Amino acid sequence: MSEAVIKCENVYKIFGTNAQKMLQEANGNVDAKTFQENGCIVGVNDASFEVSKGEMLVVMGLSGSGKSTLLRCISRLTDATGGKIFIEGQDLLKLNNKELINLRRNKMGMVFQSFALLPHKTVVENIAFPLQIKGIKTENSISKAMDMVKLVGLDGRENYFPRELSGGQQQRVGIARSLAVEPDIWFLDEPFSALDPLIRKEMQDEFLRLQEKLQKTIMFITHDFDEALKLADRIAIMKDGIIEQLDTPANIVLNPATEYVKKFTEEVPREKVLTIEDVMDKTNSESSDLKVLKDEIIENVAEKILTQEKSVSVIDQDNKIVGSINPSKIIQTVFGGRKSNS
Amino acid sequence: MDIIKKYPKVFQWLFLLAVFFALCFAIDVPETYKFIRGQAEFVKDPNQSTFVFLGKEVRYYAFDVFWRLPPLLGWLPIWINDSLFFLMNEWMPMEFWNEDTQEFKTRPLLLQISRNLTAFMTFLIELIREILLGGLETIVAFTSWDFIDAYPWAELPGLPWTIVAAGFAILSYKLSGKGLAIFAGLTMVYISIFGQWKPSMQTLSFILVAAPLSFAFGLGLGIAAFKSKRVEKALYPILLVMQTMPQYAVLVPALVLFGVGDHAAVIITMVVAVPPMILLTLLGLRAIPPEVIEAGRMSGCTNWQLMFKVLIPTARRDILIGVNQVIMVCFSMAVISAFIGAKGLGFNLLLALNQLNIGLALEAGLCISLIAILLDKMSLAWANKQIDYFGNLTFYQRNKNLIFFGGAFIIGILLAYAGSFYFKEGFNYLFEVPHNKGISTADFWNKGVDWIFETFFVYIKAFNTWLIQDVLQPMRALYLRMPAVATLVLVVGAGYLIGGIRSALVVCALTLFIALSPWWDRALVTTYMATFGVIISCIIGFTVGTLCFQNKNSAKFMLGVCDIFQTFPSFVYLIPVMMLFGITDTSVLIAVIVYATIPATRYTIEGLRSVPAGLHDAATMSGVNKFQRLTKIEFPLAFPHMMLGLNQTIVFALFMVIIGAFIGTEDLGQYILKALSDKNGAGIGLTLGICVAFIGLIFDNLIRTYVGKRKKHLGID
Repeated sequence: MSEAVIKCENVYKIFGTNAQKMLQEANGNVDAKTFQENGCIVGVNDASFEVSKGEMLVVMGLSGSGKSTLLRCISRLTDATGGKIFIEGQDLLKLNNKELINLRRNKMGMVFQSFALLPHKTVVENIAFPLQIKGIKTENSISKAMDMVKLVGLDGRENYFPRELSGGQQQRVGIARSLAVEPDIWFLDEPFSALDPLIRKEMQDEFLRLQEKLQKTIMFITHDFDEALKLADRIAIMKDGIIEQLDTPANIVLNPATEYVKKFTEEVPREKVLTIEDVMDKTNSESSDLKVLKDEIIENVAEKILTQEKSVSVIDQDNKIVGSINPSKIIQTVFGGRKSNS
Repeated sequence: MDIIKKYPKVFQWLFLLAVFFALCFAIDVPETYKFIRGQAEFVKDPNQSTFVFLGKEVRYYAFDVFWRLPPLLGWLPIWINDSLFFLMNEWMPMEFWNEDTQEFKTRPLLLQISRNLTAFMTFLIELIREILLGGLETIVAFTSWDFIDAYPWAELPGLPWTIVAAGFAILSYKLSGKGLAIFAGLTMVYISIFGQWKPSMQTLSFILVAAPLSFAFGLGLGIAAFKSKRVEKALYPILLVMQTMPQYAVLVPALVLFGVGDHAAVIITMVVAVPPMILLTLLGLRAIPPEVIEAGRMSGCTNWQLMFKVLIPTARRDILIGVNQVIMVCFSMAVISAFIGAKGLGFNLLLALNQLNIGLALEAGLCISLIAILLDKMSLAWANKQIDYFGNLTFYQRNKNLIFFGGAFIIGILLAYAGSFYFKEGFNYLFEVPHNKGISTADFWNKGVDWIFETFFVYIKAFNTWLIQDVLQPMRALYLRMPAVATLVLVVGAGYLIGGIRSALVVCALTLFIALSPWWDRALVTTYMATFGVIISCIIGFTVGTLCFQNKNSAKFMLGVCDIFQTFPSFVYLIPVMMLFGITDTSVLIAVIVYATIPATRYTIEGLRSVPAGLHDAATMSGVNKFQRLTKIEFPLAFPHMMLGLNQTIVFALFMVIIGAFIGTEDLGQYILKALSDKNGAGIGLTLGICVAFIGLIFDNLIRTYVGKRKKHLGID
């Protein structure tokens, strides 16, 4: 496995005047209640994880769970109270102001929930802004920004002002701006939360298309579990500053680690999340002629499998049989086991 | 007992009032008491007591401490005076090179600084005046160059009025559109043909110097306060006092520090105009969504880039509203500064009022009002103007306005040149209409005023006598009858009941300062006049506001009227009242009422408007009628905002009462006016100003605390 692009070790963020001192005294055992009694609020509590190159980690949690705070620690918009954060091996908390600015100018891009566009600049000027801040000549930055405008499909609107655009279009500008410096690391803080459901779906698809093309290392924040399932390589579920579970979507749905996580998974249409591989039997029993690919989402092949009476063989990309699946298993996955996880 | 438990607040208030009246009746008026014209006056009277503090002897009439506190702060004005005198004339003498006499001269440092500052300001003002009105002295003075003596033809002629008028119209067109452009053009033509061109341009040049400087300082300090909590905390009390301090009171120290004239006025104008700029800068920067700041940071902005490329452009509107405020304050100061010898419209107005030439005063006043409206509308239009994209326009489209101005410039010069042939004898009306050669309607107005006086004299007199004898005198006597201790108990008690111990302490400190100053009696008179004005204003304002609110168009119309009236410098209000009621307290009070009704009306309408539409619908669906909706829904919810209106009403009333001293009242204002012509007036003027500011701040503190609590209770913002 390649080296982690983002690496967090025991990151804490505690708000309050005595935070530093109290954290030292707590000695790694931070209890939100005792801290609150002393006038401190725990934002992030002992977060450790890695994100490897090209991976998309979605941090999911309800409001106040500390997900945005965690992201701001990693982008160092706020300083973590304790722990270590490494960006491509560099210790983020040890960087001085100049190095930090350099890192942001070349390595990081960020998209915000409320778009955060500059109201006095046009679409193309907004996108060119990070480039101009770097000191790139106006002409070059504008032509680069025009490429970005095309990438997010806003051609023809490059001279509009943010006030003249719809929410979805504004967020396209936000996305284009964050990509203008061609960063390796891409932070997205609830980018689609402020949009209408239909636009949101459209933007999610667009986002997946972009990621297919660009292969960035991504931290994506959302409060929408469905969105997390749709986009993530891995999901981290946060509650009260603590990461409750960090795993692939399928594993989270199949094996929720805590009661809290389970509450989210109960309502999830499993056939839309799980692949054949997740539910197949590893043994190869007697089977019909039909073969299905192990990476298929259940929903897409369920109808085909249910027409068969016997089990269906499961194959991998190389056409090798790796297991089988019985039609009854499909029915069980779709309808059964919602209440109790069998 | 149950009733007490049910309405604890009411009984606390009743108890407070009971204590207050008990004190009032328990403490008798001392036999020797008469209205104290000002304790630390420099008249020596054998009945006076004296005390010495910090080497200053203070004389005063001693009374029972319960009746009147001794003026323990009486040394403060004297001490301020002496310190200023010392700083200006004796502190840190240094050798300075004197250009005129070509030798070194010993001068105190501060005097030198103040002289250099005034010289610089004078230079700026003169420079602009010469562009607008002609002359070449500044450049000559600046370079000490004898060019003009040798070549008299080289004198700069100044801009013909046609060009300035066209310039204003074109600028207005660019900022807002046809309507404002026409208004600007007509205003300029009016000014010109009524012969007010020269004083108007003098006032304008004053603003052109004072406003940009105030803007720069205000923006700088606002940014500093935004960046550092400590700076903000240090600035906060000064901002608070400056907002309630009558503009008129700061003129006095300016006299001592910078002398008489435009330059002193400009410097002191900056002192008054900078605070609102700081506040609005701070407000604008605070209102920026945190995500925009984060977006700037994530784009890799340095602090400098973040401030000038992200924060300030994002806060553009609020900052430009600050510019609007700065311009309006500068304008009203330009008028009031006539008291310390600033030239311009204010000076003409003052002169006319002094000669009781109401007609002339009316013309000058109309000019002032028109310019005020114009400047206000233009700067607001600028603030509300959206930036447009220019990239794909042609050269002509982009520079249309500049080209038009160029055209107007050439035509103006040609007209002026042609005029010099046509108007052979004396004045070229196409270049500048001289001050006394314009059309004047003064005679007409004066005759009108005379007619009003002759016709209605009996009624006006009767009204006057009734008001003064039956209302004002008794009210004044009641205020003066309050023992100092009783007043203190009432105010501090109110503070405690409204805002707890903290509010009580603040209010107590403010009241004590006034009580211990030598002007308690006068402060009472100021308060009584302000109270009278505020009560009437509130009744009128709340009624008019509520009535206008019933209809969308009338509400909008009324707000527009308030907008316009608010732009007039307070001084202007004295003209019509003097016209109708002559020189009496009635005139002052009517001016106070007219002026203070503006915020009362405005805040009533705004408060009622701010009631959410959802609640309206909910109330309608519950089947309320109009009256029920007003009393049950709209008034309770609008009440906090209306109380803020009351706060503004008090400040406006105080300002007007103080300026009313010009007509002649027996309050703090009269002393400020006196201090203006007193060599030793600086300390007195400043202390008096602080006293007035503190009266305002006492009410400000109480009302704001109450509104804050009430809003929290109602869950509004």
